[in-house]
Amino acid sequence: MTATALHFRDDVNAQGLAADQRAERRGLFALCSPGLLLVLLLLLIPVGWLFTLSAIDGDGALTTENYTRIWTEGAYVNIFIVTFKISALVTLICVAIGYPLAYCLSQIPQKWAGILMLGVLVPFWTSLLVRTYAWLVLLQRRGIVNSFLMDIGAITAPLPLVNNMTGVIIGMVHVMLPFLVLPLYASMRSIDTGYLRAAANLGASPTRAFWQIFFPLSMPGLVAGLILTFVLCLGFYITPAVLGGGKVQMIAQRVEASVSLYPTWGPAAALGVVLLVLTSVFLLLSRWALSRLNAKLG
Amino acid sequence: MEQHVPHSHRFWLYGLTALTLLFLIAPTFIVVPMSFSSSRSLIFPPPGWSLQWYENFFTRPQWQDATFVSLRVSFLTMLCATPIGVAAAYGLHVGRFRLNGTIYGALISPLMVPVILISIGLYFVYAQLGMVNTTLGLVLADTMIAVPFVLVTVSAGLKTYDMNQEMVARSLGAHRLWAFLTVTLPQIRYSVISGALLAFIVAFDEVIIAMLISGGEGATLTKRMFSSLRDEVDPTIAAISTLLLILTTVPPLILHYLANRKKTP
Repeated sequence: MTATALHFRDDVNAQGLAADQRAERRGLFALCSPGLLLVLLLLLIPVGWLFTLSAIDGDGALTTENYTRIWTEGAYVNIFIVTFKISALVTLICVAIGYPLAYCLSQIPQKWAGILMLGVLVPFWTSLLVRTYAWLVLLQRRGIVNSFLMDIGAITAPLPLVNNMTGVIIGMVHVMLPFLVLPLYASMRSIDTGYLRAAANLGASPTRAFWQIFFPLSMPGLVAGLILTFVLCLGFYITPAVLGGGKVQMIAQRVEASVSLYPTWGPAAALGVVLLVLTSVFLLLSRWALSRLNAKLG
Repeated sequence: MEQHVPHSHRFWLYGLTALTLLFLIAPTFIVVPMSFSSSRSLIFPPPGWSLQWYENFFTRPQWQDATFVSLRVSFLTMLCATPIGVAAAYGLHVGRFRLNGTIYGALISPLMVPVILISIGLYFVYAQLGMVNTTLGLVLADTMIAVPFVLVTVSAGLKTYDMNQEMVARSLGAHRLWAFLTVTLPQIRYSVISGALLAFIVAFDEVIIAMLISGGEGATLTKRMFSSLRDEVDPTIAAISTLLLILTTVPPLILHYLANRKKTP
């Protein structure tokens, strides 16, 4: 066989292999397509519809009126302020109590951590409505918290713990805490303890080793959990609706109320679009922050 | 891990952890004694015991119908979401497309978009198609929400699985699908079962979509619970909550135990 013929056969082989590979890729992509189709039909189209509704007036002409209303009407501005305030507070409280919890779990033997982790996982699995109901029972005027505090003499009259901001924040912290603790714990577990031992050998006190070595290394997990918590809070509906008793309005509730109560879909759609844009911005921001952090940590 | 700080210096940390875990665990279980209360009001401890709220739940047609709707929708959702999620996880794992990240992101995007927006958008679209208050509409929507859970769980399972085993089966002449079903699937079974279970629970627990696109006879249990929680607090909710608590925690706990037992022989 001549060299050209051999070459020709190689070419044919290569072409055949490439064609096979393409066919295989098409097949593998086809495996992803039912899921993608679902997202296209049930997420992209409906949310796109919302975008359209927010940008047209009653006659179907393009308008920015719905968006200007959001920024100029005090009621809407107030809803944004309340939503951000609640989300920020809930996230901060979650960090304050979730960080020590994740840290402790990451430091004890894995076997024990696995058992204690159920304390985080079980509420995570439990129905949101069940947990919200439980808080309603606990926090009401004659609920356990109030009667306990009155029994030990800490207060003389029941505290208003529910149907207000306090109730919403307590309930939301309970729901959000696992979302912060789970990624944080995973990242803390993966920290190489050799660094800490090295620091101790070099004479660093445990406190110093923690702040200079452990804490910076746990930052990626913390940032990931923190942003996830904050973003989930922004769009949260059920717990604020029940524990707020209609007195605390966040963006999601306002959007829902507009659809079910009044025929004011335009401003509600605009509010929804702003919520979606904010959510996306925070998620992109966190991706950027995480890549920066990971680059810095090497 | 080697302990470089004595336990005695850490009592504050252990105390704090215990308190936080108590905060996480205890509130949920308060619904159990409440469900056996003889009183209509939410006094704790209950003044007397009774099974009236369970009787209410098991005999009132409104609760029974809602339970059947929920069970049916969740079961169908599990049947749809599990194969879709497993297929996508496998495709992404083996395919390693240039757009892998984008496809993955698109598939889990239902988790990122606030559910209230998905529900309202769906309500508009379903209203045009006459699909409001249909089982099909609810199952499709719940499947979209549940697929990410299956995808994430199964992807994690595939990461720890040695794909060469499937390659060996295929090089010995097994058809790809056959190789997957007989070699790969049994080894990632815990992730697949976890994913399926999550899909069921997610669909069963879904409130916001059901609130907007289901109603009347087709209302789900959670929709009825939610309206009841907003309007007047009926202790039947405590009985339902107790049952839900068992339904949503016992199977995952068993699975958690089985999966961990396998890992540490």
